Amino acid sequence: MSAGIAVFGGLRLDTHKRSSTLRALRQAAPPAEVVLPLDQHSDGVTAATVKPGDTVLLGQPIAQPQSDTGAWLHATVSGRVTAVEPRPAPHRQGRPTLCIVIANDGADRHDPANSPVDYRTLEPMQLCEHIGRGGVVGLGGAMFPTATKLLQAQATTGVHLLLNGAECEPWISCDEMLMRERAQDVVLGARILCHALQTARCTVAIENDMPDAHSALTAAIAAAGAEEPKVAIELAVVPRVYPAGGERQLITTLTDLEVPHDGLPSDVGMVCQNVGTAAAVARWIRDGEPLISRIVTVTGSGVREPANLEVRLGTPMSHVIAECGGYLEGVTQRIMGGSMMGVALPQDSLPIIKGTNCVIAATAEDLHPRGAEMPCIRCGNCSFVCPALLLPQQLHWHAQAGDLPALERYGLMDCIECGCCDYVCPSQIPLAQRFRDAKPALAANIASRQQASLSKARFEGRQDRLDRLEAERRAKLEEKRKAVKK
Amino acid sequence: MLAAILVAGSLGIVLALLNAAAERGVAAAGPDRGRALPDAGPPADARLVDRINALLPQTQCGRCTFTGCKPYATALARGEADINQCPPGGSATAAALAALLGCEFREVDPKYGSVPSYPVVALIDEQVCIGCAKCILACPVDAIVGAPKFMHTVIAAQCTGCELCIPPCPVDCIEMRPTTGNLPGPPPGKIPGKIE
Repeated sequence: MSAGIAVFGGLRLDTHKRSSTLRALRQAAPPAEVVLPLDQHSDGVTAATVKPGDTVLLGQPIAQPQSDTGAWLHATVSGRVTAVEPRPAPHRQGRPTLCIVIANDGADRHDPANSPVDYRTLEPMQLCEHIGRGGVVGLGGAMFPTATKLLQAQATTGVHLLLNGAECEPWISCDEMLMRERAQDVVLGARILCHALQTARCTVAIENDMPDAHSALTAAIAAAGAEEPKVAIELAVVPRVYPAGGERQLITTLTDLEVPHDGLPSDVGMVCQNVGTAAAVARWIRDGEPLISRIVTVTGSGVREPANLEVRLGTPMSHVIAECGGYLEGVTQRIMGGSMMGVALPQDSLPIIKGTNCVIAATAEDLHPRGAEMPCIRCGNCSFVCPALLLPQQLHWHAQAGDLPALERYGLMDCIECGCCDYVCPSQIPLAQRFRDAKPALAANIASRQQASLSKARFEGRQDRLDRLEAERRAKLEEKRKAVKK
Repeated sequence: MLAAILVAGSLGIVLALLNAAAERGVAAAGPDRGRALPDAGPPADARLVDRINALLPQTQCGRCTFTGCKPYATALARGEADINQCPPGGSATAAALAALLGCEFREVDPKYGSVPSYPVVALIDEQVCIGCAKCILACPVDAIVGAPKFMHTVIAAQCTGCELCIPPCPVDCIEMRPTTGNLPGPPPGKIPGKIE
């Protein structure tokens, strides 16, 4: 795979990764209480299997998915369930969602039911289901259940596995630290995922400013190659452009193929997983440890000792900040995720969830000074940076007018909300936010049209059936009449 | 004995008449629903019918007085119906139809009934359902499953909220409920942080 062609548009942003990569990766102390939202994945339904008062062990399943887009959830500490109730959640902009609250007994008693398995002895389908039972979801931030993604891709034969380590957000460094310090986990995860997909081709994509990760991965790949030469894992280096790490952008950068706007990466023979996801799969298969913790970058000028920590899911963000020496003066905003695509949090008591790759305590120096919004001057800068090849200024006009057919024609649903357009906008228009706000209405409109065409088909099918029955009845009547006449 | 039979018989006839009147009474509240097109009539341009049908909400509720959206589209194409007969489509559909057919826009006539402003689906109270199967016959999109003497249920994902199953139910065990999915959620929160 060549990596010569950079993604269209995008931005060359200054990185701020150095502050958090200077310190070694370390474990954060488990908190006294964890809060685990039940809906920690795209939009699937997950139901709690424990009730207040139950005693749970570390790694014990506490919630079960009710649909393909739901994921298993495990206790991230051992102790007692104190509540199953709505609590504010970071991915719902601080709005309440049903959470399981567990008081930590500090003993970290492991659930003996979780044991390592030899993935080579499992059929691909069984392996996917087993990965699902480990609660593994996309750790890049989207939190889509990994098992579902693998099962979808199994329909295509001979897919190419792409592990995404191109961490393009300027502040986030959790994947880089993972690849530096736990490269063997990433490579083992790659081999397991290759077995699940029945493929022997895998590429790990990293950015060109990660020399330590590059050498660690090269060594790990060489060690794995000696052990299992069948699977060919290669390393690809992509230019550091934001948002080169977007799934579709990365595939285009590496293969020169474009994923259809209404399709999946498997349509071009690829399946993309985050490197963190691969490492989580490796830990679940090799050690029998389900997804109970993740690496979080704690950074920003407002935190005393920026670092990458391995944090139990459900840990309050304030606890994680305290682990990093606490706040410095002048924090103006707390952000979950990157500075470009993250969400501002109303308070720091919200829990770390499966998709929390970064927590930023930002001061005024970190913040892009943002003036009042001015009218669009049609400079067109936004369309030169849009990596999804859209025309943000046109979308802006149509979003203001609420013109849904035009928004659909101009591809609003293909917007990846990367924020490049509002970064370059000289009129300081919050374009990405406007598009994010306009999407639900358009999505509802598209869904209702799909529903209408389904209803139309069912109505016409029923009409055809009724007509056929009527014709049969008439034919029988006619036969009887003839018989009587005779 | 004879008198008793006569009394019982005439009572039965009277009750049957009353019942028929009551049924008519239900139908008479508002314009007739479910008028099939007469077989004879000027042929409709099939392509025009499809274009009109594409603008209709496909609720198949029959509020327009025809048996469904396509029959209404056919009637419109023949010039036998008006553009303001579709309450589920509302002003938007009426405007789209007016634009397509080149006639003047008019708001939906309230005599064709009204629909809730939010999406609804039918829900059968399964404790009360007696398994008569009448609602199954009434459903224009085959969204009710069940069999005689067995409890029925609505496939919520396929229900159009047309309400046609409600009048035939002899035990009034069907009600319309707002859908849980696809409802517009609360407005999104703060603008994400911008850092350089």
